[in-house]
Formats: sequence, C-alpha cells, structure tokens
Amino acid sequence: MGNPMKIRATAKDGVTEVKILMQHEMETGLRKEADGTLVPAWFITEVKAQYQGRTVLDGQFGQSISKNPYLLFRFKGGAVGEKIAVSWVDNKGDSRTDEATIAA
Amino acid sequence: MNTNQIHKAMMVLALSTSFAAVAADSAVTDSDRIEQYREMISDGNPAEFDEMRGEELWKKAAGPNKVSLEQCDLGKGAGVVKGAYSELPKYFKDTKKVQDLESRLLTCMTTLQGFTEDEITAKPFASSKKPSDISSLATYVVGQSKGIKMAVSTKHPKVKESYEIGKRIFNYRAGPYDFACSTCHATSGVRIRMQDLPNMRSSKKDAQIAYTGWPAYRVSQGLTRSFQWRLNDCFRQQRFPEPKFASEATIALTTFLAVNANGAEYVGPGLKR
Repeated sequence: MGNPMKIRATAKDGVTEVKILMQHEMETGLRKEADGTLVPAWFITEVKAQYQGRTVLDGQFGQSISKNPYLLFRFKGGAVGEKIAVSWVDNKGDSRTDEATIAA
Repeated sequence: MNTNQIHKAMMVLALSTSFAAVAADSAVTDSDRIEQYREMISDGNPAEFDEMRGEELWKKAAGPNKVSLEQCDLGKGAGVVKGAYSELPKYFKDTKKVQDLESRLLTCMTTLQGFTEDEITAKPFASSKKPSDISSLATYVVGQSKGIKMAVSTKHPKVKESYEIGKRIFNYRAGPYDFACSTCHATSGVRIRMQDLPNMRSSKKDAQIAYTGWPAYRVSQGLTRSFQWRLNDCFRQQRFPEPKFASEATIALTTFLAVNANGAEYVGPGLKR
C-alpha cells in the first residue's frame, strides 16, 4: 500500500481540470549506493483516472519520471460534487487509489 | 547528492524553458524562466507530503512520556500553531533563551515528550534513507503561517542582541576560503550558475524573498529541507566548521535574516531547484 496522493479537481465550463501529486520514490534502477551496489528499480508503471466508472486517463509511466510525480490533465465533462478516482500501479505490484471530489 | 534526480530535474527545466521561449520575446532572462518553472510546479509542491507527515507527528503521542506536542508553546500560547512561525525567533521565558522554530521544537520534544536532546540532534536532517521527525514538524508549523506577514519583534533586548550577533556572523569572514555569508549575499545582480543571488544586506525585497521561501522542497534532492539545514549547508559551502544543530550562532543568524524579512507575507514551504 503506497502513500496517499494529493488530488485537486475543479470543473469549469464543462471541462474538469485534475491535478495529481503522487508520493513515490521512482527509482530508475540505474543508481548505485556508495558501496557500488545497485539500487533496485522501483517506479510507477501505470496511472489511471476514472470518473463515474469511465476511464478518463490511462497512462504508462517509466523511469524517466521524477520522484513524487506531478500530473495535470483535463477532460470534458465532470460535475461539481462528483468524485474522481485516481490509481497507480508500480513495478513491485504495489498500488494505490485515492478519490477526490470535484470542486467549482 | 543524487545525480540521477538532478538530471531529471534539469530535463523538466529544459522542457519547460523551451516551451516558454517560443511564446516569449528575447528579453526573457534565465531567471524569468526559472520563475516560470517554479510557477508551473508550485501547486504540486511535494513539501505538502512533509507537512502532512509533520501534522501527524504533532498530534501523535510519542516519546517516553507518551504525549503529543499539542501542548507545545511556540510563542503564541500552548498548542497555537497558526501564525507562530511568522513571529519566530522570539525570547522564551521558560528556557531564558532566544529560540527559532527548530530549537523550540527541540525544547518541546525534550520537556514534554521526554526525548533526550542527543537522540534528536544526532541526525536532525532528513536523508533519502530516513525522514527527520523534527524537520517534518517544522514543515507542518511553517505551513500554518502561510499568507501571514512576518513580524519578528526586536523589542526584547535578548532578541536585539541576537540580531546584532547574527549581523556580525553574516559579515564575518573566515575559513580556508576567507568567506562570509556577505561574500555572496551582499551584492545586487550577481548569480551562481543559473541562480540569482539575493542581496540580503541592502535589498529589503531580496531579503524578504530569500527568507520566506524556506523551508523548501529541493527537487534535486527529493527532500524538504528545514531552515537549520539551510544554514548548516551555507556554513559547509563556506568551509566553516559544521555548526551544532539549533546552536546560538544559527539562531542569531536566523534572527538577523527573519527580522530583515519583516513585513513580507510568508509563502512557504517553498520549492527549489
């Protein structure tokens, strides 16, 4: 179970803007410890956003994304007071889902 | 420092600047672009995670005494966090000392919770391996002063004295490089690499911007850094001996910098490259 995300969603003129801040180490697997041992890869591989059971964003992440990634996207539709759910899966099989209510 | 993270941060920087260059005219400077980059990521500041962690720690019963810090007096009465940071450093009657936020937290953690000072000061700064409780607590407390104007009073003679000592430390040249804080921070319009250096001796505005942006999340380190860390690293960069955590010297320097920032709205926790 990963750490919670921060999600802010606002609807305006029929478009919903979603800002997501994820908490993740995002290790590339290329970095070495001071003693030369490799730091194992550990990063988010998939991000999905759902609104009323409909997938509004489906993305693949990789090693080139920074630690604690920030993602902003917009989708058509979405009403104030409704919920948006965001989830991610990482390469270790860990996952996290958080919900936010769309604000005006 | 983690080279990989730096590379990634640079890449984001490069991307955002190239977009900016298309729309902007040639008068746009590198520091304007850095400012644009900061704006782009400012509403996704990962320092918020450290604030959340700090808030939990504040409310959680801990230490040998199994109590929370909710009775900790940060200068505005027991348990008052809102706006506390904007008035620190301040003179505290119980300890008979001028204290900054982190030294005051240290007092609360030792007197209320029963930790020993050595337990906390042995490793007071966060690393990529291990977060620091006192640092997270500080991030939480400063976040509660967001939007509040800095108002550090020098009415008390001890605070005034601390300010004067801080001023002397700021201008004190020493070490193998014959360096002082003022070597880099007392001239306008100079920079180191891509970063503009604030003139904290004679520009009120620079002094305000510099102080109110800390503590901050460092993108290149992936960590939220406290003000004590900031000063500690300044001394390291000057090749000075490492100051003791929450020592009188660091508090004096903090007092000097905080008083110079008076009148500015506190905007942190900030975000740095």
